[in-house]
Amino acid sequence: MSEMIVMVAVYVAHMALALAMIFALARMMRGPRAQDRVLGLDTLYVNSMLQVLVFGIRTGSTFYFEAALIIAVLGFVATAALAKFLMRGEVIE
Amino acid sequence: MSHAQDLPLWAAIIVALLLLLGSGLALVGSYGFWKLRSFYDRVHAPTLGTSWGTGAIVMASMIFFSVLQLRPVLHEFLVGVFVTVTMPITLMLLARAAIYRDRAENNPEVPPMDPPRIKLDVGADPDAPESRS
Amino acid sequence: MKRLFPFPLLTVSLIGMWLLLTSFSLGNLILGTAVALLAVQGLVALDPVRPNIKRWDLLPKLLGIVLLDIIRSNIAVVTIILQGKKRARTSGFLSIPLDLRDPVGLAILSVIITSTPGTAWMDYDSAKGTVLLHIFDLVDEAEWMDIIKNRYEHLLREIFE
Repeated sequence: MSEMIVMVAVYVAHMALALAMIFALARMMRGPRAQDRVLGLDTLYVNSMLQVLVFGIRTGSTFYFEAALIIAVLGFVATAALAKFLMRGEVIE
Repeated sequence: MSHAQDLPLWAAIIVALLLLLGSGLALVGSYGFWKLRSFYDRVHAPTLGTSWGTGAIVMASMIFFSVLQLRPVLHEFLVGVFVTVTMPITLMLLARAAIYRDRAENNPEVPPMDPPRIKLDVGADPDAPESRS
Repeated sequence: MKRLFPFPLLTVSLIGMWLLLTSFSLGNLILGTAVALLAVQGLVALDPVRPNIKRWDLLPKLLGIVLLDIIRSNIAVVTIILQGKKRARTSGFLSIPLDLRDPVGLAILSVIITSTPGTAWMDYDSAKGTVLLHIFDLVDEAEWMDIIKNRYEHLLREIFE
């Protein structure tokens, strides 16, 4: 019984997060401006990190947690660098 | 999924509810991010997924592994703390970049920058402190 | 003592993080302490602004208020997004003068405001001490002003000033 409850919830969460990733990807493709694309990339990173955490619950392995942590760190660094670039790299100069 | 058999029913229900709550919040946040029309409105939408969306899924993972392994497994907490602390920084950097770019293009949607208060022609100002006499 | 432990809070959190990432044992405790002390020495070389916390007892109250507010505004933003265009909604910029001057307090205020869905910190003018916010559901400007000034800034000024 408890196995079925967790399994159903895990599958629903997978679907919801996949849909959320599609929305973020759609906004990233559509733009219209560069800051929308960067924010879309960041949302995509967060959603995929949550997806990996749900994978960890599904397989019962704690190793997925480290992948999630690395995705979170990489997402932060990438978005911060891109935002800094938008601020100084394109409009002025 | 055989590992979840040992999970007691109350823990399974809590984990399932937290998973649904977290993924639902992330989904609504991304949907709003796709749907809203102005960039400054869109900034608000992903915070749904990063505040309690991440919080709920992290808590679900913590409860699941703690109950299964009969000892506190708390390292997921680090992911939650990291995301809650870094997401505002990214959003602030992006918002400042967006404001900067919109002001450079004189977009009427954005409040203009305040005029600089330092006067450039110091010599014509009678109140200016005398630098040489 | 001051030279060996210049940032006690950071040292303790680094040791805690090391123990969470590995598993608790005496060897990991010693190794984590060594790593934390080295990392803190690196931070000393950068010479950052030191937080000057005067009222430790108010920190849990601040944390509780923030967590409750985040839940409340999560619900508000979810309903607005799901209602779509059925309801008229105005979002806009709001400029608020702040009396808080402590840089650490301002940093905490900005993180609180941005991580709450529905409000975002846009820009801060350090010469005049005004902050530019963007608010998702700007119905009553005075109400938002009251929330920021009385609920958060008052508490942060008590903690830091």
